[in-house]
Amino acid sequence: MTKTRASGRTVGGLRTLSLQAPAVTLLLLWMIVPLGMTLWFSFQYYNLLMPGMTGFAGLENYEYLLTDPALWAAMGNTLMLVGWVLTITVVGGTLLAVLFQQEFAGRGIARVLAISPFFVMPTVSALVWKNMMMHPSNGVLAWLAESFGLPAVDWFSSLPLTSIVIIVAWQWLPFALLILLTAMQSLDEDQVEAARMDGAGPVAIFFFITLPHLKRAISVVIMIEMIFLLTIFAEIFVTTSGGPGLATTNLAYLIYIRALLDFDVGTASAGGVIAIILANIVAIFLVRMVAKNLED
Amino acid sequence: MTILRSATSATSAPRSVTGLRSAQSKRAIITVLGWSVALVIFFPIFWMILTGFKTETAAIADPTLIFSPTLESYQDVQARSGYIRFALNSVAVAFGSTFFALLLAIPSAYAMAFLPTKRTKGTLLWMLSTKMLPSVGVLVPIYLIFRDVGLLDTRTGLIIIYTLMNLPIVVWMLYTFFKDMPKDILEAGRMDGASTFQEVFFLLLPLTLPGIASTGLLSIILSWNEAFWSLNLTSSKAAPLTAYIASFSSPEGLFWAKLSAASTMAIAPILILGWMTQKQMVRGLTFGAVK
Repeated sequence: MTKTRASGRTVGGLRTLSLQAPAVTLLLLWMIVPLGMTLWFSFQYYNLLMPGMTGFAGLENYEYLLTDPALWAAMGNTLMLVGWVLTITVVGGTLLAVLFQQEFAGRGIARVLAISPFFVMPTVSALVWKNMMMHPSNGVLAWLAESFGLPAVDWFSSLPLTSIVIIVAWQWLPFALLILLTAMQSLDEDQVEAARMDGAGPVAIFFFITLPHLKRAISVVIMIEMIFLLTIFAEIFVTTSGGPGLATTNLAYLIYIRALLDFDVGTASAGGVIAIILANIVAIFLVRMVAKNLED
Repeated sequence: MTILRSATSATSAPRSVTGLRSAQSKRAIITVLGWSVALVIFFPIFWMILTGFKTETAAIADPTLIFSPTLESYQDVQARSGYIRFALNSVAVAFGSTFFALLLAIPSAYAMAFLPTKRTKGTLLWMLSTKMLPSVGVLVPIYLIFRDVGLLDTRTGLIIIYTLMNLPIVVWMLYTFFKDMPKDILEAGRMDGASTFQEVFFLLLPLTLPGIASTGLLSIILSWNEAFWSLNLTSSKAAPLTAYIASFSSPEGLFWAKLSAASTMAIAPILILGWMTQKQMVRGLTFGAVK
C-alpha cells in the first residue's frame, strides 16, 4: 500500500514538473535575468553618453544617488503619494462599500458607475483630469469655483502633487470599493440583525461587526495598492513630467529620467535596486498573508 | 432556526409599523446619497464622452449640457492620426499576450490543482512574488536587451512583456477555478482511460470555461491598460492606445474634443468587459485572498 502510494507520488511529481516547466522556466528567466543585470549595472560605471568610461564602480553609483537631493525629494514625493492615496481610497472605499451594500433603487447601476474609473487606462484618466477637469480657465472645477464666487485654482502649478494624488485616488478608489464590496457579501446578516435587536446603532454595528469582518480584505487592498502606487508612472509622465522642479518626481520617474533621458545606466540601476528593496518590504507581508490563506 | 426568525420578526413587526415613515425617509436618503456619489465618481468619464461629440470651440467653452452633437472629432482622430493603427496594436498586444499566458498557465494550474506536490504551495507563492518586482526596477536591463535584439517598438516585444507580467495572475486565477471543480469527474475520466491531454481538453476546459473566460478577460484588461512598458518601449510603429493617448499631452488645451473622442474609443471596450467580469476579477486581483 505504502509502496504504490510512494511510486504514484513520484510519477505524479514528474508529471507536475513537466506541466509546470514552461511557465516556471519563463518566469524564472523573467525574474533572474533583469534582476541580475540591474544589480550588476548598479556596481558599474555605465553611461551611454560616455562610452569610454566603464568598469567596476563599487558603491559609487549608490553614493552618488544617496547624496543626490533629487533622490530624497523623490522618496518624499513617493511617500506622500502612497500615503495620501492609500488614506483616501481605503477610508473612502470602506464607507462607499457600506453605502453600496444598502438596498436602494438602481443600486446595481450605481455600483457599476462607481467602479468604472478602475477600467480607464491611466493615460486617459490623467489627461481628462488635467485638461477637462483641472484646467485653470476652461476646466469644470474652475467653472464650479467661479459659479460659487471663488477664485479658480491653478491645480498643476500651485498644487502639483495634490493634483496627482487626486487623479490616482480617483483611479484606485473604485478598486478598494470593488474588493471591499465583494468581501462585504460574506458578512453574516443574522449577526447584524441580532446586534440590531440588541439595540446596537448603525455606528456601533459598523465599528464592531462590519469593520472587523473587513479587516483582512482591507489589508489586502492596502498591500496590493502599495505595490502599484510605489511605482506610479504614466500619470506623472503625461501631466507634469515630474515638475515643476522636482515637485512631482517620484522614485519611478526619477529612475526613468536617469535611465532614458540622462542615459546614466549605473545610477538608474542603483535606483532600481532601491525601488525593488522598498517593494519587497511590502511584498513580504502580502505573500505571508496569502500563504496563510492557502492553508485554510 | 426558522422558529427563532419568525419570532424575531413578530416582535419587530409593531416597531416597524411605527417606524415605517422613518424607514422610508432613510431609504430615500440612501438612494439620493448612493446615486450622488456614483454620479460624482463617474462624472469625468461622462464629461469626456460628452466632449467627444463637441466641436473644439464648444469643448473649451463654459460647461453646458446643451450643444449640437457632431462626429467631427471622431472623423478627425482617424483622418489625422490614424487611430485604427494604434487600436490594432492594442488588440494584437492584448489578445496575443493573453493567448500565450493562457497557453502557459493552463498546464501549470492544472498540475497545481490536480497533481499537487509538496512544492506546489511554494511555487504558487513564488509566482506571486515575481509580480511584486517593480517594473521600474528592471527598466534599464529590459530596455538594453530589447535594443540589442531589436525588440524596441515592436508588438512582439510588448507581447512578451505582458505575457510574463500577467502570467502569475493568470496561473493563480485558473488555479482557484480548477480547485473549485469536483475532482470525481476528472477521476472518472482517468478511469475510462483518458490521457492527460484528453482529460484537459475534453473534461477540464469545457467544464471550467466560464472561469477561463474571465481569467482571459482580466488579462486582456490589464494588458490593454498597461502604460509603463508601452510608454517606455514603443514610439511610433508598435504604440498601443495608452501610448497614443499620451501623445495628446504636449499641446495643452488645444485638442480636447479630439482627445475625448480618441479616449472614448480607447476605453469603451474595456469598460464594458470590466462591467461584465467585475465579480470574478476580484479573485485574480487579490490572488484568491478575497472571494
